[in-house]
Amino acid sequence: MMANHKLPVSPSDDKRWKLVDATMRRHGYKSHALIETLHTVQECFGYLDDVALRFVSGSLHVPPSRAYGVVTFYHFFTMKPPGEHTCVVCMGTACYIKGAKAVVDGLQSHLGVHAGETTPDKKVSFLTARCLGSCGLAPAVVFDGVMSGNVTAEKAVERIERWKQ
Amino acid sequence: MTPEELQEQAEKRRAEQKDTPHQIRVCVAAGCISTQSDQVKEALVKGLSPELQKTCQVNGVGCMGLCKEGPLVSVDDTLYKAVSAADAPELINSLSQTPVQRLLCDSKAPFFSRQKKIVLENSGKINPEVIEDYIAADGYVALHKALAEMTPLQVNEQVTISGLRGRGGAGFPTGLKWSTVAKGAAGQKYVICNADEGDPGAFMDRSVLESDPHRVLEGMAIAGYAVGANQGYIYIRAEYPLAIQRLKLAIRQAERLELLGKNIFGTTFSFHVELRIGAGAFVCGEETALIASIEGKRGTPRPRPPFPAESGLWGRPTLINNVETFANIAPILRNGGSWFAGIGTEKSKGTKVFALAGKITNTGLIEIPMGITLREIIFDIGGGIPDGRKFKAVQTGGPSGGCIPEQYLDMPIDYESLAKAGSIMGSGGMIVMDDTSCMVDVAKFFMEFCMTESCGKCVPCRVGTVQLHGLLCRITDGTATMDDLSQLEELCDMVRSTSLCGLGQTAPNPVVSTLRYFKEEYLAHIQEKRCLAGVCKITVPHAAGVSR
Amino acid sequence: MSPLSTLTPRVKTLKINGLDVSASEGEKILDVARQNGIQIPTLCQLDGLTSVGACRLCLVEVKGTPKLLPACVTSVEEGMEVTTTSERLVKYRQMILELLFSERNHICSVCVSNGHCDLQGMAQAHGMTHVRFPYLYPQQGVDASHRRYVMDHNRCILCARCVRVCDEIEGAHTWDIQGRGGDAFVITDFNQPWGESQTCTSCGKCVQVCPTGALSEKGKSVAEMTKKREFVPYLTLMREEL
Repeated sequence: MMANHKLPVSPSDDKRWKLVDATMRRHGYKSHALIETLHTVQECFGYLDDVALRFVSGSLHVPPSRAYGVVTFYHFFTMKPPGEHTCVVCMGTACYIKGAKAVVDGLQSHLGVHAGETTPDKKVSFLTARCLGSCGLAPAVVFDGVMSGNVTAEKAVERIERWKQ
Repeated sequence: MTPEELQEQAEKRRAEQKDTPHQIRVCVAAGCISTQSDQVKEALVKGLSPELQKTCQVNGVGCMGLCKEGPLVSVDDTLYKAVSAADAPELINSLSQTPVQRLLCDSKAPFFSRQKKIVLENSGKINPEVIEDYIAADGYVALHKALAEMTPLQVNEQVTISGLRGRGGAGFPTGLKWSTVAKGAAGQKYVICNADEGDPGAFMDRSVLESDPHRVLEGMAIAGYAVGANQGYIYIRAEYPLAIQRLKLAIRQAERLELLGKNIFGTTFSFHVELRIGAGAFVCGEETALIASIEGKRGTPRPRPPFPAESGLWGRPTLINNVETFANIAPILRNGGSWFAGIGTEKSKGTKVFALAGKITNTGLIEIPMGITLREIIFDIGGGIPDGRKFKAVQTGGPSGGCIPEQYLDMPIDYESLAKAGSIMGSGGMIVMDDTSCMVDVAKFFMEFCMTESCGKCVPCRVGTVQLHGLLCRITDGTATMDDLSQLEELCDMVRSTSLCGLGQTAPNPVVSTLRYFKEEYLAHIQEKRCLAGVCKITVPHAAGVSR
Repeated sequence: MSPLSTLTPRVKTLKINGLDVSASEGEKILDVARQNGIQIPTLCQLDGLTSVGACRLCLVEVKGTPKLLPACVTSVEEGMEVTTTSERLVKYRQMILELLFSERNHICSVCVSNGHCDLQGMAQAHGMTHVRFPYLYPQQGVDASHRRYVMDHNRCILCARCVRVCDEIEGAHTWDIQGRGGDAFVITDFNQPWGESQTCTSCGKCVQVCPTGALSEKGKSVAEMTKKREFVPYLTLMREEL
């Protein structure tokens, strides 16, 4: 079967493509490696762009529409480059009951963008999550990968202001 | 590894632990880490004098349960709460002196004393990153027992006798599921661990995986032996990076000691485990959607039958259980099925792990025998409602569950009772609400969740959840009529009866249960244009009674 | 199916709406009902394509089973007692149609498929006279970039017949669905204009199987818009004979 398989040619000599290729190779370039490979691309590049998508779908023999359908089905995948910093507000039940909505509203009006968007200056990506499993700390917010508990709108805004300096 | 080597490993580790008279354990599960327990651990390690290093060990351990008071540290048998790095010298001094009074956490309090730990027996005790710790705590003994002394049929028998039921929510008898897969078409079979803990407000599985990953691997390997599968997958949420990291490490360690992989314990049984990382889709907790996702496709469910036990991953017989179910397996095999069946109630055996959150004093993780009452959980173990407020409802089962009101507080916790009260056991999230929560708003919250998590394949769920959410929005903003209320009820019934998978079939549950117990709140919004809890911003003046 | 089992199919007997019928093992309730002159409504199902059980119109009651079962994918069983129409089923089917009509813009009078539309026909057959739910009508575009065909997303009911025929029969897999829930819509390739698709063979099978006016041929009058679907089971059958 592998005889027919042309080894994929990386879109550029960016070294990160080697990592992407390694994931595909580990799964024998089988089509079921699609999601795993997309994870690697997003880990390496921060998001999935057209070039990456064409490369992955071509290498794994996944029809383009199927690859695109998969990327857009899973909310973890993003096709927009993330901002310099990210702020994820947990909107799980426990956080909601304890006032996460006020945090979201506060950040929304402070940043001037809705959840799921990045500020025009590309400084901050503002996201919500459906539950981060840190319900004991509700409401929880993740600032650049670091979890903070018992966050209020004021605290969140103050934290974000520090990025701007 | 041979059984003798396993024994040797265990004894060596136990001897080591005995030789170090002092043990300091720092919780390094996600909850405490987010309050910088890793820094506490570092300060403690650095603070030990060369002299003390010989007699005292500092270990990172899994979840100790009382997440609210983190970081938690135990110094020998004394438990401390809300410890900071600056407290390290004092804690070290306490080894030779009296305990540090101001940080003491009462480990005799009902929160600890009323629990019964099977799944979590190692949590907070062993270092989840050291396989030898797990082995010293009788780890992999059950796997050895299964492989050396039992036939697959006998393993299935013990699981059946134990009465264990699926801990993912629906409570299907585990033994029956295992025997079905065992009897499935010969050839390739798979075991899948569902670690896509999607219910908002639930963190039991995350905690088990972070605190005792080998327990789950051992359970999966035993399952593989019992059903005839040599390949296992753990499907885990991308939102749980720490659990992923510890699982990866645990798999590597187990492979190195040949407790996973080819010819385990020198037998003909081989079992490999691979991780698959989810990508943010709640519906992938549904078995057939989860399988589609492992196959690299959109996570849309398909009609069952055929059930995965018959035709699952790549069309092969597949066993899917959740994390907590697998975590129960090793103790069942070690102690026998009837030991397990002796715990809990007639139809719900064993213990259940719950995540206590919301408006409750002791937020955290608990494990209790089935059959104790909600009141005991919320008021004794959970410490009641903070700020002197009044209990209103407890939500169990996440978006598929319901809200249970005060009159059911003395109901025993088991699958049937919860279903009778209009909710479900679910995976174990328990969100407590006080009188500052509006139940219509809560129903709307869950409907919004289901609407955004609907895969869009079947019409009732795709469009029905949007229309249900619209109706709830109209009720909470005061523009709904009584006609809308009857339409809400009708639509709930229809979406429930006609949706393709469990997500759609249970999506109306939060609405139905709040309508059942808190109808007056719905009526107040509609007729009086008033939110009794003061949560909803009603903009329409009373007289307007807007119709569409 | 192995040759042996096709030669000696095991016969199952069951009741549909009280009528005693017989069927071969593995046959679906829907097919057996149709063979016996009992019509069960469907929208996503099409002979010759894999059934997905998505539209939920073919749900039937089976005695002893609390849940309603989709007739298109449920195999017959010995002694089964099936009811294909009841007060409850009629009500649910009407509501499903209402939900579909509320979801996108299905104003028949301005649709190319007026008079030849499966959704319209279904609504008429089920006495759906009005829609009680508010119309959602998201702004969906029309893709007229293809030389011969047009895709009007406003008329799409997401039955995925186009996706399946393109994948299973033509083998091009030009179509798929993007996004999820209420935001889902069908796409070609990397969600680019249909006319720019690299994989589309312009065979037109998707247009023929589309139940509504979502996919249509350019330059045809409404009267000429009848669709031909017999080719799907024919192609499937011919392939199996090989």
